[in-house]
Amino acid sequence: MEQNMMKYDETILSVEHLGKSFGKNEVLKDIDFSVRKGEVISIIGASGSGKSTLLRCINMLETPSSGNVLYHGEPVKNTPRDVVAYRSNVGMVFQSFNLFANMKVLKNCMIGVQKVNKKHEAEAKALALKFLKKVGMGAYLNARPHQLSGGQKQRVAIARALAMEPDLLLFDEPTSALDPEMVGEVLEVIKQLANEGLTMVVVTHEMAFARDVSTRVVFMDKGIIEEEGTPDVIFNHPQSERTKAFLNRFMNQ
Amino acid sequence: MNGIPETFFGWVSLIFSEYGDMFIKGMWSTLFIAALGTIFGCVIGFLVGIIQSTPIESGSSLMLKGVIRLTKLMVSIYVEIFRGTPMMVQAMVIYYGSMQVFGWNIIPIYAGVLILSLNTGAYMAESVRGGIVSIDPGQTEGAKAMGMTHVQTMLYVILPQAFRNLIPQIGNGFVSAIKDTSVLNVISVTELYFMGRTACGTYFRYFEVFFIISMIYLILTFISSRLLILLEKKLDGESDYELIAEDEIGAV
Repeated sequence: MEQNMMKYDETILSVEHLGKSFGKNEVLKDIDFSVRKGEVISIIGASGSGKSTLLRCINMLETPSSGNVLYHGEPVKNTPRDVVAYRSNVGMVFQSFNLFANMKVLKNCMIGVQKVNKKHEAEAKALALKFLKKVGMGAYLNARPHQLSGGQKQRVAIARALAMEPDLLLFDEPTSALDPEMVGEVLEVIKQLANEGLTMVVVTHEMAFARDVSTRVVFMDKGIIEEEGTPDVIFNHPQSERTKAFLNRFMNQ
Repeated sequence: MNGIPETFFGWVSLIFSEYGDMFIKGMWSTLFIAALGTIFGCVIGFLVGIIQSTPIESGSSLMLKGVIRLTKLMVSIYVEIFRGTPMMVQAMVIYYGSMQVFGWNIIPIYAGVLILSLNTGAYMAESVRGGIVSIDPGQTEGAKAMGMTHVQTMLYVILPQAFRNLIPQIGNGFVSAIKDTSVLNVISVTELYFMGRTACGTYFRYFEVFFIISMIYLILTFISSRLLILLEKKLDGESDYELIAEDEIGAV
């Protein structure tokens, strides 16, 4: 792929010495990690390895217990104002979609653009329509979330995040709550966005997706980044025993 | 007048022909107090419920945290007091207390509205808090993740849904309020029950009088609960949606 040849020199986001504990349970230990413009990073690992928590710390949905999150080199301060401003630049797509049940599809995609990015209704609508069409949900503008299938909901959630025009999009297991036949339609959309050069970090259990679409794969185990590298390195020549064991287990399922 | 009636319904029709106007006046007072008390009570309930469910964010300034804690403490004292004492007693304390301590002579019907509002508000607060908490936390996260503030999240996402879920509760509150106004007779509010007591003074026909009064209460509560069900259906909107053809999408 052409973009694999691209140089990723502009760092959008990095975390330094990030730690997170829930009580005595240490979920993340001294994580260093960065995302450069244009990268598509897959985070893989067993359940409980801390990958979702890392993603939630990146978006400050969980307050890190130690360490820093830096956005374009500036530490994100943990005050409501700074966090709010930062989040509007970093989109997030959740496992459980989290659409607003009281709004129709179109409004779901407009509300953030209007209220957070302070754009006029017409502009918000144009953005919402553009991205709803892109994810193939243009026909469902007037539907309410509960009237949609899981795959459709997730595509609307992706359009909603895109309409905010973020620098970076985080996906937290975007296909884990979907029926098998709907996984494909959502992965197709994410793949298309990756090919268009959108910077993204995807926590996933879809190994084929991680292997074929990512520019970098991060393997997490027991709260640390055990190994990271190109898909070729991680899937074909893993160095760490734990990575090998995990992939073996996964591939034999 | 055709002399003394001999049957129950004879008495009922006699009393209604003599005191009907008074009962209707009492009915309007009852409705007035119940309606205003429910509306103001909801406003109070929503304010208190919102305050009680405001999170203290770890990154907020000490000053803001202090203000939130103090406000929370004050509203919980209010809720405890008004839920923990009978409305009839509250009516006595507030009406006669304001007269004795401040020298205020509140018109009884307004005192009634005030007392019912405070009472409804205290009960409503807990339901509102429950209504807010019951909205799927995922939606709050979705809103937060796109950069909405707590206030925006509440305003656009949580409260509209909490309000919708609370309509049956508000309806219940209104039906209770219609009945509860009867205790306000202790501060001489001329509501329906008070009018009944007055009407008993002439013939001492308690059964017939309060039979009429109870029928009026029943009509009021029956009609209001039906209207509320209609309102609920209307608010839910249509259950269908139209698919939009590809070439029309831009035009919507």
